[in-house]
Amino acid sequence: MAENTNSILDPFSAVDLGLAESADGVKQWAIANRALIQPVKKFFNEMIVGIDTALNAVPPLIMLALLVLIAWQAAGRRVAILVGVSMLALGFLSPNAWGLAMTTLAIVVSAVILCFIIGLPLGVLAGKNDRFEAAMRPVLDTMQTIPAFVYLVPVVMLIGIGNVSGVIVTIIFALPPLIRLTSLGIRGVNASVVEAARAFGASPRQILFKVELPLATPTILAGVNQTIMLSLSMVVIASMISVKGLGNEVLRAMGRLDAGKALVGGLGIVILAIVLDRITQGMGQSGRDRGHRHWWQGGPVGAVLRLAGKN
Amino acid sequence: MTTQPDEAVIDCRNLWKIFGRRADEAMKAVQEQGLGKLEVRDRFDCVVGVQDATFTVGRGEIFCIMGLSGSGKSTLIRHVNRLIEPTSGQLFIEGQDVNQLSAKDLREVRAEKIGMVFQNMALMPHRTVLENVSFSQEVRGHDVRERRENAMRAIDAVDLNGWDQKYPDELSGGMQQRVGLARAIAADPSILLMDEPFSALDPLIRRQLQDKFMSLSAEMKKTTLFITHDLDEAIRIGDRIAIMKDGALVQVGTPEDIVTNPADDYVADFVAGISKLELISAGKIMEPVAAFEQRQGPIDLGSWPEAHPDHSLDDLVNLSITTQHPVVVKADGKPIGIVTKNALLRGIQGHAGDDGSQAI
Repeated sequence: MAENTNSILDPFSAVDLGLAESADGVKQWAIANRALIQPVKKFFNEMIVGIDTALNAVPPLIMLALLVLIAWQAAGRRVAILVGVSMLALGFLSPNAWGLAMTTLAIVVSAVILCFIIGLPLGVLAGKNDRFEAAMRPVLDTMQTIPAFVYLVPVVMLIGIGNVSGVIVTIIFALPPLIRLTSLGIRGVNASVVEAARAFGASPRQILFKVELPLATPTILAGVNQTIMLSLSMVVIASMISVKGLGNEVLRAMGRLDAGKALVGGLGIVILAIVLDRITQGMGQSGRDRGHRHWWQGGPVGAVLRLAGKN
Repeated sequence: MTTQPDEAVIDCRNLWKIFGRRADEAMKAVQEQGLGKLEVRDRFDCVVGVQDATFTVGRGEIFCIMGLSGSGKSTLIRHVNRLIEPTSGQLFIEGQDVNQLSAKDLREVRAEKIGMVFQNMALMPHRTVLENVSFSQEVRGHDVRERRENAMRAIDAVDLNGWDQKYPDELSGGMQQRVGLARAIAADPSILLMDEPFSALDPLIRRQLQDKFMSLSAEMKKTTLFITHDLDEAIRIGDRIAIMKDGALVQVGTPEDIVTNPADDYVADFVAGISKLELISAGKIMEPVAAFEQRQGPIDLGSWPEAHPDHSLDDLVNLSITTQHPVVVKADGKPIGIVTKNALLRGIQGHAGDDGSQAI
């Protein structure tokens, strides 16, 4: 009798659709299609390693100077000073901190570039098409909320451990805000300005590139900023699948209960995050905030140009 | 393709626009059963934007569409460059049916033939004044130097020299709308669409821009469709005026027609407050000489002030205050009518006849 009631009020325990097993089939598929996946993996791995090697090949002080100049150009003198001080502090954290930070930066840069390539068109599409936006929303929600460990294993099954898998799991987590904010930016463009562009004979393509994207740029750059921040927050998890860099330091320190080492890795990530955040926020200022100066009219480039103009 | 007489630059025929998901059904029901606006709303959950609008605008004419907000005038004007597609009806521009144009041809017509000015300016904030003004030529891929020259000429025409490198938010509202006007005329289109261009401006600036527009218009002679909710503005600017109510054109005519001979109470209400001094001519209120003589006996016209039938009431007032006599109206040197002081006063009120009993 008791069993009977159980099966009526609790049908869930009696039925097994075998979802978990069929999901596991991904593994078999990946093994069967190794030949297909490997060349793609190789291409992306070389890209990431290339960026990593390049960043590490630059002497730290020159890199630091470059970052300061970029910050000055993008966000002004105050941010440049902040970036300089932060990067100095990062370098002095531990003898190998700089190199690890560059490796992490390479992963983040790769992930963000790929996010931008994937996310911008999807965001524009979502901004233009209500149905696509509605279809996209649950996917984005899933990507943002599903625990990283859930997809860590299948990704490793498919692609194997290493940088490429690390970048893929980073993209899954970091992509949604870029798509959302691109869509928001496109939707936020003043409809009457778009109408005026139509009235003067602009094609849909011209409207997108001459009106909508330029006007949505501050919002899109806020999305890029969020994507960078989320990428950085994934480096520790990514290091579980053999991604090198600051995240790996934290992971190893956890294994050894080495609080000092964990602090070095953690602080390194935070400093990198602050630096990247300030620089990208500076880029996101609208023309009006900058007092309608072109980017080349300010910062170090502007200073050089002015000097050149005087001579 | 249907060809049109050359005079009608804009020819709008039986144009209907119904908004809503069931617009086509509603349109059919309207045509077959003659449903009203409210019935369409209740039965089909659709809104009638434009009802059966028919009008033509001749070359160089300024045609004002006057109506309150929500009367469908902005919807109507957007059919001319097909920013809105009609539910039914046709619209020809210089003989071309706008709604038969391919997307590419439509873009060409919009960029080359039509200039539009918007109530809320709709300037592109990320572009300088110059870049805004040359936009339509830029999207057509015209040569940089040529479009710069044309744009600078347009900027010059609206007295904005020296502002070409500024951004819209650095300009005042009146200046922004002058940029909007420059943008509309930069590509030298044959048609101007003005969607309440001066409504968002304060009265003084509005007056200035109206003057600017009228002097430009007199010079350029562009066919203009001018939307306004201000009857004074319509009368000042328009060669002809259409009064629009609930999506339908209630009356189309010259300013004098509209004021002196309103088609219904709605129009009459509108024109009630309008000063007739400049609108009504002497010919409308004079009493034929014979009738006057029959009433008053023989008269000696020698010392009476003389006017022409086309003279406005304002002119008659000026003549009349110099003497005690009525004004005699002469055409080709012959007296044809008499305007007494009473008739003049009644005329100012918008009535004709000594006792004000006659309609004008």
